[in-house]
Amino acid sequence: MQPADLSAIDIVTAIRQGDLTALQCTEAFLNRIEQLNGSINAFLNIDRDGAMATATAIDARRRAGQPLGPLAGLPVAVKDALCTADLPTTCASKMLALFQPPYDAHVVSRLRQADAVIVGKTNMDEFAMGGSNENSAFGPVHNPWDLSRAPGGSSGGSAACVAADMAPVAIGSDTGGSIRQPAGLCGITGLKPTYGRVSRRGLIAFASSLDQVGPMARSAADCALLLETIAGHDPGDSTSLAVDVPRYTELLEQPLTGVRIGRVPEHFAAGLDPEVAKGVEEAFAVFKAAGATVHDIQMPHAKYGVPTYYLVAPCEASSNLARYDGVHYGHRCAEQSQRTGTKTSGSELPLVEMYCRSRGEGFGPEVKRRIMLGTYALSSGYYDAYYAKALKVRRLIRQDYLDAFQKVDLIGGPVSATAAFTLGEKTGDPLAMYLVDLYTVCTNLAGVGGISFPCGFTKSGLPIGFQLQSPALAEPLLLRASDRFQRLTDWHRRRPSLPASATSLPVARAPH
Amino acid sequence: MTLSRQEVATVGKLARLALTETELDTMTRELSNIVGFVSLLEELDTTRVEPLAHPLDTQNVFREDVVGASLTTAEALQSAPRHDGQHFLVPAVLGESGAA
Repeated sequence: MQPADLSAIDIVTAIRQGDLTALQCTEAFLNRIEQLNGSINAFLNIDRDGAMATATAIDARRRAGQPLGPLAGLPVAVKDALCTADLPTTCASKMLALFQPPYDAHVVSRLRQADAVIVGKTNMDEFAMGGSNENSAFGPVHNPWDLSRAPGGSSGGSAACVAADMAPVAIGSDTGGSIRQPAGLCGITGLKPTYGRVSRRGLIAFASSLDQVGPMARSAADCALLLETIAGHDPGDSTSLAVDVPRYTELLEQPLTGVRIGRVPEHFAAGLDPEVAKGVEEAFAVFKAAGATVHDIQMPHAKYGVPTYYLVAPCEASSNLARYDGVHYGHRCAEQSQRTGTKTSGSELPLVEMYCRSRGEGFGPEVKRRIMLGTYALSSGYYDAYYAKALKVRRLIRQDYLDAFQKVDLIGGPVSATAAFTLGEKTGDPLAMYLVDLYTVCTNLAGVGGISFPCGFTKSGLPIGFQLQSPALAEPLLLRASDRFQRLTDWHRRRPSLPASATSLPVARAPH
Repeated sequence: MTLSRQEVATVGKLARLALTETELDTMTRELSNIVGFVSLLEELDTTRVEPLAHPLDTQNVFREDVVGASLTTAEALQSAPRHDGQHFLVPAVLGESGAA
């Protein structure tokens, strides 16, 4: 049986029942990673030794009859924005190329406590800033459905590795669509939980009022499994919610009868690719067939989402990224004797000059652009016109959601306007790249939940994504609706045409 | 909306970012475009709207004032570009002549 044939739930069940060892499973996925990473570049760091050791220990504990965690033996890929004490954490930046975190992110600790096997760290846009993965300092990720195309971003490595069966599940982070958009472009399922549902401690900060960690997998049911482990209160993140974590995997059965799904007519305006529009409309029809009702609703401030986001996020980023000073960790420029032709030499003090040059050398173009934009919008004389204005519009956008959720239970629509675009197509035009976030940024501004999953394919064979958004903490409904859709369709079971895995899993049949 | 090259250079100083001459040219053009785009918000009347800095209506979160686990000096210094085992080392803070 190929690794692709087993869901995450199948894998943990097979290992628990003794049909498969953690070591066999881990080795099969590691072999798959090594087989494909040269062409996909989804992983920045592959931890074969660590993963094999963890898997061996899990098998030994199982044989000894000791209790095992709920994810025992499940290989997991982790976005390189989350700190791992035993693996370098680069955030795909030259700035952190040599950074070794002194602690595990809360989510990483949870995964280890659940006996998951971390197989490696995935590629991403530098500091999670981007929608194509082309901003990585270590080269772009290639979309498994067409290697000449972008996987989306910023969690492009996590999306691509799941799509290519290099890992059954992955962890991503979503500040303005960075889980949902690459999940859509790679034909997998990705959930951005409610703000505060998952701890951000140890997630390298981009925009702290928007960032959220979430699961990426081949199905909503597998996302539910992963969310059960990573969600929950963490005293180390003062914004994490002290709210009980439901058993998401046990809340999928109830039919969708009577569930009201909102449809925003403006989502289908010019700019939405007709093939994508068709796939999305067909998905609404599936939900109707499943017993849900679809209602047109208004989100009057949605068109202000992208400009609001591109003020709020860069402002927060410019503040968060001030910590990269060449002193405590991260890149530091060579000593002052080797001056380069930059603007700061001369009048600046040696310490300040070191800051400026270290940051100028360590950050890539998009990160610099956002730091500059944020610094400008927060600077004296512009603060009220830009940052304060954006925060007011943010409230209007959140109010749109509060009003909409008086009328409907979920909001459906496209996750991006087109299927995967060609690598290099948008890199020359930052604004064109910002607009790929059109359908996703408002979720983060409002702090609510969102999920995306495949709802069809273009004629050229590229996945089309569907997005559902929910009120805060309605992840059980988001997952249930997505799971129901996946019981009625098989889009999420389609695989890209890649070489078969070299190593098969010695399991006679899927456990159910 | 157009930013001048001089304004962009000033922002670069505020952001502690050394920019090359080429970067300064590109950044001036791109930031002008982006600032022009986000200025779309001006058309909205927000005089009666309170800013929303954070999606949750959270209050300050306090913890008991007790000593907890923290990083050791060695752990805190492990990724420092320059240190002496006890301290982070930096270039002269006040300049070689002491002039500030």
